[in-house]
Amino acid sequence: MHDMVRDVPCVLPAVTEPVRGLALSAKGLVFEARGRRLIDGIDLSLRDRAVTAIMGPNGAGKSLLLRLLHGLLKPTQGEILWNGQPADADMARRQAMVFQRPVLLRRSVAANIRYALQIHGLTPPERDRRLDTMLRVARLDHLAERPARVLSGGEQQRLALARALSTAPEILFLDEPTASLDPASTLAIEELLRQAQAGGTKLVLVTHDLGQAKRLAHEVVFLNRGRIAEHSAKDSFFAAPTSAPAQAFLDGRIVL
Amino acid sequence: MHDFSGAFRLALELITSGDSTLVEIVLLSLRVSLSAVGIACLIGLPLGAAIAITRFRGRGATIVLLNTLMGLPPVTVGLLLYVLLSNAGPLGILSLLYTPTAMIIAQAVLVTPIIAALARQVIEDLHAEYDEQLRSLGVGKMQSIATLLWDGRYSLITVALAGFGRAIAEVGAVIIVGGNIERVTRVMTTAIALETSKGDLALALALGIILITLAIFVNAGVMALKATAARAAYA
Repeated sequence: MHDMVRDVPCVLPAVTEPVRGLALSAKGLVFEARGRRLIDGIDLSLRDRAVTAIMGPNGAGKSLLLRLLHGLLKPTQGEILWNGQPADADMARRQAMVFQRPVLLRRSVAANIRYALQIHGLTPPERDRRLDTMLRVARLDHLAERPARVLSGGEQQRLALARALSTAPEILFLDEPTASLDPASTLAIEELLRQAQAGGTKLVLVTHDLGQAKRLAHEVVFLNRGRIAEHSAKDSFFAAPTSAPAQAFLDGRIVL
Repeated sequence: MHDFSGAFRLALELITSGDSTLVEIVLLSLRVSLSAVGIACLIGLPLGAAIAITRFRGRGATIVLLNTLMGLPPVTVGLLLYVLLSNAGPLGILSLLYTPTAMIIAQAVLVTPIIAALARQVIEDLHAEYDEQLRSLGVGKMQSIATLLWDGRYSLITVALAGFGRAIAEVGAVIIVGGNIERVTRVMTTAIALETSKGDLALALALGIILITLAIFVNAGVMALKATAARAAYA
């Protein structure tokens, strides 16, 4: 089954925009809810096309940061800039997100993907072509007409990822996409992510799984209590973390 | 008691023989109530969905009002419409009083708040689940409403059936604006009221049996639908 994944040639819809310099940055990002400061002054700029893993203990603000970057939440202070500009409607269409628990429409597998393509304004023939590709790449073609919500957990997350990738986003946010999946499903998801990255999509991934970060990421942003404790290349992060919270985290100690 | 069993037998005979008066009354009832529910759905479903997904000042009060209107007394609706539609009223020029159209309007007024209030609840729950995903996909407000209505379709059909149950069983509004005119505006409930007061229990009982049977079918339909939806994990 795993070999099947590798056998699939890279046929994901390629990122076509001539924007090889898409840079995402956050300046002085603060987010407060009910009087508590959950994101506390984050300055961040992410390398183009690289896979960025956001790590940190529970409650550090990883998912919040991801939602702020994606634009699902409005920061209390600070701003998020795309190539130096605030996000506009066009920028919103060039990104996508996969949630920890996949949110699938109460429709068939194919209709879920078709929905995203339609929202993005693709022509019907182009929609069919993309749908075909995505079903094949995600190995969901034999399930195309099944109701999406009767699929297994792994299949559901593959579908959510296929739907997100169907619009060829330039940047894809993932919030613990494999947290509740079995190893085989995790492998299938990671293979899809590798293909997407090879096709030009930048990945920003919140993960708890050290192994996953080592396998996929090029750089690690380590959050602690709503602040960036460390932002470094993967190899140096895992070999020689410089911040105390990251050292404690990698040692398996509880970070307070 | 002897009278009662005799009337019951007669009622069954009326039903099995397909008595033309009876059939006419039943068909008019269905026409009026189904039309009313159709109109109520066209207004109530988008309205309920819009209230479910938007935040505005006075939203809480709107929901309280809507929930209150679910229990609108039919006679009051009948009376208000009577005032509006009577010859001296502001809509008198339409000459709708004592027509099936007036009855459809009355039942639509009764059922719309029920559909809107129940749909709001259904859509609000679904919205809680879909909100982030739809915003992430860049779905606009109007399209969100359409998506939520479609994906809530199974629950919403049961909402419509609840509205139909209310409409078909209601007597107060249709008797005032319809007038219970034989062969024109006489429906099951108004006929039952009239025949009972006249002492003709057979026709009244026959209609009562049909009403209850209809209610059983509607509820069985709801259950079957829920089972179907659950199998496809669509509920």
